[in-house]
Amino acid sequence: MKIKFDRDACQGHNRCYMLAPELFDTDDEGYAILLVDGTIPAELEEKAQLAADNCPEFAIEIVSD
Amino acid sequence: MPDVPRPPVEDWATDFDHTHPDYAADAPQIWDELRETCPIAHTERFGGAWLPTRHEDVARIAKDPEKFSSQGIIVTDWRPDVPAPMGYAPPITSDPPFHAIARRLLLEFFSPKAIDGWEETARQTCRDLIAEIKASGATEFDAATQYAQHIPVRVIADMLDLPREDGDKFRTFIHRILSEPGQNSVAEGATLFDYLEAKVTARRENLGDDLISYLCQADIDGMALLDEHVGGTIGLLIIAGIDTTWSGIGSSLWHLAQHPEDRRRWNNDPDVRPFALEEFLRFYAPVTMARLVAQEVEVGGCPMKPGDWTLLPFPAANRDPEAFEDADKFIIDRQRNRHAAFGLGIHRCVGSNLARMEMRVAIEEWMDAFPDFELADPDKVVFSTGQVRGPREMTVRIPAESAAAVGAAAAATVAAETVA
Repeated sequence: MKIKFDRDACQGHNRCYMLAPELFDTDDEGYAILLVDGTIPAELEEKAQLAADNCPEFAIEIVSD
Repeated sequence: MPDVPRPPVEDWATDFDHTHPDYAADAPQIWDELRETCPIAHTERFGGAWLPTRHEDVARIAKDPEKFSSQGIIVTDWRPDVPAPMGYAPPITSDPPFHAIARRLLLEFFSPKAIDGWEETARQTCRDLIAEIKASGATEFDAATQYAQHIPVRVIADMLDLPREDGDKFRTFIHRILSEPGQNSVAEGATLFDYLEAKVTARRENLGDDLISYLCQADIDGMALLDEHVGGTIGLLIIAGIDTTWSGIGSSLWHLAQHPEDRRRWNNDPDVRPFALEEFLRFYAPVTMARLVAQEVEVGGCPMKPGDWTLLPFPAANRDPEAFEDADKFIIDRQRNRHAAFGLGIHRCVGSNLARMEMRVAIEEWMDAFPDFELADPDKVVFSTGQVRGPREMTVRIPAESAAAVGAAAAATVAAETVA
């Protein structure tokens, strides 16, 4: 499982940062920063799905391997 | 009360009036019926306005700032005579490209990490208010006027370094602007903007480390911000930051008062709370925004003309069954919840992290103090009119056994303090 994050679509709702801080940080202005590159560790797959499912701007996509 | 009572609404699809008390009483049902029968309602009131109720249409309008201008965001009978490019209250009343510049000035103050620094202020405010309620010994009290409404006022006053005692003034300004827009006569010199002009002028002479002082010293391409910009932005933070969060806290408590099972879930399962908070925001989203149509455009088959208003009822979008499973049910641990309570697109609420923190802390502290409570009389709860929805009067009762426990705890605290 991998994450695709669309920074242009992100409006700084911070839902991903709250639900999955292991996968997303925020910059000084509150926009999301994706912390993982490549495959998501298995133990974080559930959190990755939550982050994607709760983004109001549809900026996060989960891509299955 | 408005100077002139609003005429009754004959038909919500063709004659809606969101400032009418009937709308305040029944908005969710009105949205649901419209979504089924006439998903974009219209009215000749306010000089012509639209009310979309589907998530898809609300999102489409929110994400098209070229065709839908933010120069007007509160629907009134007249059209705003706007000082372009910023509008009266930048950045919420600004369009691109000025919008991004004005917004960037604020973002770092309202990032999640910056807001963490205000949690203790919010928590202490809640504890002080609860201590006052408990000290009164009453078993019935108003959760809106004695609790919810004071929390955002005190925090924003501290952020701006304005006197907390001015909270009553803020609420009066806000009520005039939001609940009955343009329906009041106000004495000259007594508006929010008169108040802010005086404060900004004084602050320029006596700078501190608060947000007003920061804006007084900020620049855009080397030019200091105009007084109107600083005053307008502070006005925005007061208008948008107080009624809204007060409504969010109040509606959450209104729900918990009527749902013992959800009270138990909140009290017994801390893991459910982050999901519960977002579900409160979805189901009871307080804020409906508005736009002025800037170019001819068709949405959902409706021809919109320049100068028309269109409301952006995010709470209606949040209850659209096309966008949410079991949209009409409050599900305290909802896992998929892309709610639009803080808007969509470039105008996402700049204070969303502050509002969310205040709501979380306010509910946590309330539930710790009053794990069991109910509405004294559900029919006597009064909801606000206009574009911000929430309970304005809400008497709650704590059950006798719970009251006895509170009384005993208060007595124990007094005893402990006496001993100390």
